[in-house]
Amino acid sequence: MADEVVNEEASGGSSPETEAPEAPKTPPGKALRELVDAEYPGAILEQTAYEDREDEVTFVLADDALVKVATYLRDHPASSFKILTDLTAAHYPDDENTFQVVYQLVSVDHSRLLRLKVMVKESQEVPTVSGVWSSANWMEREVYDLFGVKFKDHPDPRRIFMPEDWGSHPFRKDYPLEGLGERVYEKPKRKEIGE
Amino acid sequence: MVGGVESSSRIERITTVPGTEELVINMGPQHPSTHGVLRVILKLDGETVTDVDSDIGYLHRGTEKIGENITYTMFIPYTDRLDYIAAPSSNLAWVQAVESFFDWEIPERALFLRTMVGELSRIASHLLWLATHALDIGAMTVFLWAFREREMVLDLFEMAFGARLTVNAFRLGGLHQDVPPEFLVEARKFVDLFPSRVDDYETLLTENRIWLQRTRGVGVISAEDALDYAMTGPILRASGVKWDLRRAKPYAAYPYVDFTIPVGENGDVYDRYLVRLVEMRQSAHIIDQCLDMLPGGPVSCKTPRTIKPPEGEIYHSIENPKGEFGFYIVSDGSETPYRVKIRPPSFINLAGLKKLCMGELLADVVAIIGSIDIVLGECDR
Repeated sequence: MADEVVNEEASGGSSPETEAPEAPKTPPGKALRELVDAEYPGAILEQTAYEDREDEVTFVLADDALVKVATYLRDHPASSFKILTDLTAAHYPDDENTFQVVYQLVSVDHSRLLRLKVMVKESQEVPTVSGVWSSANWMEREVYDLFGVKFKDHPDPRRIFMPEDWGSHPFRKDYPLEGLGERVYEKPKRKEIGE
Repeated sequence: MVGGVESSSRIERITTVPGTEELVINMGPQHPSTHGVLRVILKLDGETVTDVDSDIGYLHRGTEKIGENITYTMFIPYTDRLDYIAAPSSNLAWVQAVESFFDWEIPERALFLRTMVGELSRIASHLLWLATHALDIGAMTVFLWAFREREMVLDLFEMAFGARLTVNAFRLGGLHQDVPPEFLVEARKFVDLFPSRVDDYETLLTENRIWLQRTRGVGVISAEDALDYAMTGPILRASGVKWDLRRAKPYAAYPYVDFTIPVGENGDVYDRYLVRLVEMRQSAHIIDQCLDMLPGGPVSCKTPRTIKPPEGEIYHSIENPKGEFGFYIVSDGSETPYRVKIRPPSFINLAGLKKLCMGELLADVVAIIGSIDIVLGECDR
């Protein structure tokens, strides 16, 4: 009895019962993965996690499935990701998919985190999730402002930090740290409420 | 809630009056009640707010881009300049985010000192909020009293780290050096004194009739809406959601200390005030326990000379005085991060300003902005 429990024995010798020692170590995000796969098969293209940590689980989604899966994860009681706490992008100029748009979700009920990702090509639009979480409105404006990633059907597609007529997107990797020399001398034209 | 019902009927009444027109007014960026360089464009119907547009970015310095061009250690002082009201909290978020790439054993003394300094910064931040928020609504004395106690906290920072605001308190792996013995003595004196000072603030405000009229039923947000807008920190707790990262995802020495999480009921400006006051008392209570339990030993573990996290990505957040303050770091295995993203509580809480202000009176906008407790340095980054 005691011999069988030892891990080295199980992995080395007794191949028929590989199930038993594997049981306590469930892969990270397994329950959520099954939840999404059951409802939307094929929506999750890839799954990663830093050192198998539960809170670093990342689902790479197909861009047309994003809104469906996001709504489902928000509303299903087993996931209940009510907070979109962070939305950002990372620029990979040499890759085929130039931008990774990253969504960081928090579930207050289950006290856990989940990361969603959508890979997009240059000048490809990402569906907005501001209809799913209102907090996405400003965060998507920020990503558009700093990276130039456009969000389809965004309710308020303006820049947020940089001047309206800045012209380029400073957080791209090909944008130099000191800037491109843009200077705004004209009075910026901003559409005020009521105009 | 009562305020919401009144306001909506007020809109109907005004819009039916013939010959009236809407007024667009500009508030900020130099307005003292916008707490920095926030510009708010308000659309008014009489005195009722019908539309709000916030203009931010005056303090945008591209901190994230800077972070992608320097090493992990060099970025610590930059985090001071994000939430400069509570700089040690920002330091803590960054060092813990980088440390979560590794499995370093941070010495216990460092964990307890980090907790203490983090809670002192919470007190400093909430005191500045209380002072300016009360001043915005018209209470002058609170401002002077709160700054008196904030001065004591800043003196403690100076004693331990040699600076008062941008303290650069922590290093990867622990602290730069141990705190002087006098720091512990003075910190003890401070936490013994502080709860009675909070009583003083409460005498001035909690049952003050003007304060109640200005804050109760103003800027109400329900728990569902607060979650929808990703509001965190005291705003979310004032709306009745018991969510505190110190309890939900314990870090530093929080697993060892005992504290309660205050929760509001109505989610109005008054409840946010009450929640923050209880939080200040709880912070003093946490520091008190840390001083009792503070173990001896080193304050830093052995770290490699060049910090090169393995390839991968991490999101780590802590409970800043203003809400969830986090860092999303993508490492490509080199000395500099590939991507740094700051998750700023002020920016995201401010995004809900429109939701909070709609249908309220113009004078209440000042109270609402104060109750969100923003720092533009971290909002604009």
